[in-house]
Amino acid sequence: MYDLMIIGGGPSGMTAAVYAARKRLNTLLLSKDLGGQVNWTLGIENYMGYQFIEGPELMQKFEEQVKKFPLDVKIGQGVSSLAQISGGFETRADGGETYQAKAAIIATGKRPRPLNVPGEEKLRGRGLTYCAICDGPLFAGMKVAVIGGGNSALEAADDMVKIADHVYLVSLTPLTGDQILIDKVKGANNLTVFLEHEVLEIAGEKFVGGIRIRDLKSRQERELQVSGVFVEIGLIPNSELTKGIIAVNRLGEIEVNCANETGMPGLFAAGDVTNVPEKQIVVAAGEGAKAALQAHRYLQRLSE
Amino acid sequence: MAQQVKVYSVPTCPWCRRTKQFLDDNKIPYQDLNVASDQDARDEMVTKTEQLAVPVVDIDGDISVGFDEKWLRQKLNLAK
Repeated sequence: MYDLMIIGGGPSGMTAAVYAARKRLNTLLLSKDLGGQVNWTLGIENYMGYQFIEGPELMQKFEEQVKKFPLDVKIGQGVSSLAQISGGFETRADGGETYQAKAAIIATGKRPRPLNVPGEEKLRGRGLTYCAICDGPLFAGMKVAVIGGGNSALEAADDMVKIADHVYLVSLTPLTGDQILIDKVKGANNLTVFLEHEVLEIAGEKFVGGIRIRDLKSRQERELQVSGVFVEIGLIPNSELTKGIIAVNRLGEIEVNCANETGMPGLFAAGDVTNVPEKQIVVAAGEGAKAALQAHRYLQRLSE
Repeated sequence: MAQQVKVYSVPTCPWCRRTKQFLDDNKIPYQDLNVASDQDARDEMVTKTEQLAVPVVDIDGDISVGFDEKWLRQKLNLAK
């Protein structure tokens, strides 16, 4: 049985791992990948110590630091369940393996919110993307749709009006992003905005061919011929693992106190998956450090 | 004979850069195809992979989508 298992390998989980290793805890880090959301972040200008660094490069540096310590790191393993057992916790990885530890830190982060409409699963990576900065340039000269009305959607629209033939911005609500971005985007002559419209379907056989949208008020439906669809409608916490075990708030975030305690002794949570205000790399890293130190304290009390 | 390595990528994508950095670090020569500006390369990538995510790496006809260090090491006979 490990002293501590950390589930999730983003900035929070990796920082927790380093802190745990330095406390000589026998630690397991279990994650689908190392880096998490930061791997999809282009430029970072607010992680202290670097005036500018790309997301994957910063995560590579985190990874190098993690690998300096004697930790068990298992990557490529999503975790499908977590249960309380006598003397600690047990997780089951997607592959079926089980792991036990006296204490656990959940640092599973967030993922892009899906639209949940027909065609979405099938056309993912075939014109439908959740990462405009990654895939946007592939759609130069084409017609595309950006779904969403917040800052990420506006940034995607702003990037795309410069290179696409035409951009449709489809938002369920009035635009909620920063005014400076709204003004920037609205000036473009190859942009059409559909406010208070919902997406009904992503159409296409092998590749995206269009989308069907509906006006929330008039119920009028409309089809837009597009080759690319960028879904930018926010993020959802990866908290399904703890469903029924500990409390989540109405956004699905794990509720923790300022010591990263979840209310269940020995179970801690850190980073974007929690209700901590401000989802920032530097905050997530700090929360991971706090959670590991608290877990260490908990384990010390346990052995007394 | 040297392996033929092609990387289909776009300039803005962080994983594309990491893939190319990995090849550079390991002194693997490769053909760098920018599918944002090179329409033929884009079509070739779509034909090969039937999808539109980048990076795509082609090593002697074997294809990988995304940066998969394990796969690259295996294909290129690089020590872990």
